[in-house]
Amino acid sequence: MNREGSYPPPEDRRGFLKHCCAGLVGGALALVPIGAGLGGLLAPLRRGAGGAQAIRVTTLDALPADGVPRKFPVIAERIDAWTTYPPAPIGAVYLRRTSDTAVEALNVACPHAGCYVDFSATTSTFHCPCHNSAFTVDGKVTGPSSPAPRPLDSLAVEVRNGKEVWVTFQNFQTGRTGKIPVA
Amino acid sequence: MKRVFDWLGHRTGCGRLVRAVLFENIPGGARWRHAWGAVILFALAVEFITGFFLWLGYSPGSQTAWESVYYIQNHWPGGWLLRGLHHFMADALIILLALHWMQLIISGAYKAPREVNYWVGLLLLLLVIAAATTGYLLPWDQHGYWGTKVRLGYVGLTPGTGPAVQKLAMGGADLGSYTLTRFFAIHAGLLPAALVALVIAYWALVRRHGYFIGESDPPKTGARYWPDQALRDGIASLAVTVIVLIAVHVSRSAGQGTSPGAALGAPADAFDRYDAARPEWYFQWLFQFLKYFPGTLEVWGAVVIPSLLLAVVFLMPFAGQWKLGHRFNVAWLLGIVIAVVVLTGISLSQDRNNLDYRAAVAQAERDARRVRVLANAPAGIPPEGALTLLREDAFTQGPKLFAQKCASCHRYGGEDGTGRIPKSPQSAADLKGFGTREWLAGLLTPDGVASTNYFGGNKHRDGKMVKFVKKDVANYTADEKEKLRKALAAISAEAQLKSQVAADQRDAGLIAEGRAVLQNGIRCTECHQFHTTDEDATAPVLTGYGSRDWLVRFIGNPAHPDFYGDRNDRMPAFGADQVLDARSIGLLADWLRGEWYEP
Repeated sequence: MNREGSYPPPEDRRGFLKHCCAGLVGGALALVPIGAGLGGLLAPLRRGAGGAQAIRVTTLDALPADGVPRKFPVIAERIDAWTTYPPAPIGAVYLRRTSDTAVEALNVACPHAGCYVDFSATTSTFHCPCHNSAFTVDGKVTGPSSPAPRPLDSLAVEVRNGKEVWVTFQNFQTGRTGKIPVA
Repeated sequence: MKRVFDWLGHRTGCGRLVRAVLFENIPGGARWRHAWGAVILFALAVEFITGFFLWLGYSPGSQTAWESVYYIQNHWPGGWLLRGLHHFMADALIILLALHWMQLIISGAYKAPREVNYWVGLLLLLLVIAAATTGYLLPWDQHGYWGTKVRLGYVGLTPGTGPAVQKLAMGGADLGSYTLTRFFAIHAGLLPAALVALVIAYWALVRRHGYFIGESDPPKTGARYWPDQALRDGIASLAVTVIVLIAVHVSRSAGQGTSPGAALGAPADAFDRYDAARPEWYFQWLFQFLKYFPGTLEVWGAVVIPSLLLAVVFLMPFAGQWKLGHRFNVAWLLGIVIAVVVLTGISLSQDRNNLDYRAAVAQAERDARRVRVLANAPAGIPPEGALTLLREDAFTQGPKLFAQKCASCHRYGGEDGTGRIPKSPQSAADLKGFGTREWLAGLLTPDGVASTNYFGGNKHRDGKMVKFVKKDVANYTADEKEKLRKALAAISAEAQLKSQVAADQRDAGLIAEGRAVLQNGIRCTECHQFHTTDEDATAPVLTGYGSRDWLVRFIGNPAHPDFYGDRNDRMPAFGADQVLDARSIGLLADWLRGEWYEP
């Protein structure tokens, strides 16, 4: 009953047309369910880096005058797929006073693999518990033994109304030499 | 490229397989009726593909299922189309398989040696219905929740193992997250695997015994599958696709605002009665059938008789061996078809004439539209799920509370707030527009005050207010009428209603004059208090009249000295007597005042 053979060439124009039609119809049929799903599948690619917004983190009074960094949670509303979470910690920053009115902010996430770094007051360095990256107080990588590819990520800080510290919080892709925002 | 294919073909033999399928000789040549099986296969493939994509976004869980489906439906590009295809292609699949099954019986294709073909075909139909039934719960909306609850109740009626099976299906004593995880595993795991196995078995059996019985045409040469039969299969599948797309489109335009694509009701609420519950169309006949088995007889209608009907259907290949067996089988089929059609028709026509049911459907659609608006609001869906949005929403809860607790005496635009006409006679005011200038103006007309829409239905009809309006206000001069108009504007402004914000701002001068008139110049304050304390006041305080605080206190205890005192007729103290909690009273007050989220 089965006849096997090589692909037969179209015998005439009508046959060729039939081949094309069958191919087109088959393609259209596959396109409908697959096309309907691709929108949802690929949607994450279309979402660009959401504009990072400034978040009030603390006031100047809370920052030691001697320039020792202090860690603060960053509290904000967070949207995960369909759920909107009430304000809760979405990350943390180390804030360091550089003058009476100026503040520097570093994201606590290590640029190597994203673990949270700790500040050691005795050595005055940041230390990452995962792979032993070390950073100076202003975030620079100390020496070649640190696997971190770049300094700790600095974040834009604004002092509003003379004392409120607002940080534009953002995470960046880990493991890269450049600061590329996470979408 | 050709070398890659040749290499792959040599190692795997797949080229030969493709050729075997594509250039297979079809006995009797290409035929439109041969396309039926291909269309069924195509519809199944669409279900698998769309099902996989839906899986990418679905989260089974009582606080995430509805929410994730809502998100697919409303926030995925083309998500409504994806759901619509999955939903309506499933309907198409049931119809195609049911027609195929009938065709098997009518043509006698269940006879030896094709008994197993018949059983496999029948099983395909039953498994697809099982997939539809489990899939129906997954969006976790009111429709799916209550429909499944009822169905599992019937499972529990089955003598013997029923209660255990019911408990296993639910994953506990009641429907919840475990019901969803179990149904999802069955819907997306077990049933698709079983369907694939059955399709392969069916295909192999059909090839073993030939496509059609009584095929008289001699096999023609050159009638290969590709492209002649493939083209016919493709066009038939395309036709079904177009019909399904039209169904998706019609559903999209009909349900605009509620459910483009496929219906998505309000999130399941185990504590909110859902009178609009109906099975899907393919079970509507059973729903009607059960109405004839009241009380303890129900197990007969729900379990015993359908099981017997199905048992006969399964045994048809054996019945067919007897002399009149084939006629019996066809008659049995005809009987089932007629019964299903007639019962479905009766059910639909009863529902069409059932005003309560239609009101319930309208209510369900209102909730479905509303929750979509709330979920889309800037506040979004909280972690507790979308149901809390509806539970905290005055626009949704106000009418329901009013219908339950107030409408036995009061009216809202002549109805109970949900579009139904209460059965008990009206004995208290119609509260639609309560506190507005129009509502107050109606109260201050001789005809209005004594009508049932104000005081006509209770003992206040003989009270001072009615007498005052009928004797004094009825004979007001033009000057006095103007004073009254100002006073009413001032009283109405106390409510600070959303609907009158613009009017209150515009008429600030008029309202100030009205306040002065009320202090001195009109008889209202002889009985009512208005921004002054008067211990001899005998009528409800007008300070803050109709404001949220005033209403909450009034509903809480109308017999408080600030309101009717001991002249209160029969209105219960909903707060003081703990008939309603503070939240519900607040929702009622907000709804009466027209205070709810609007985009």
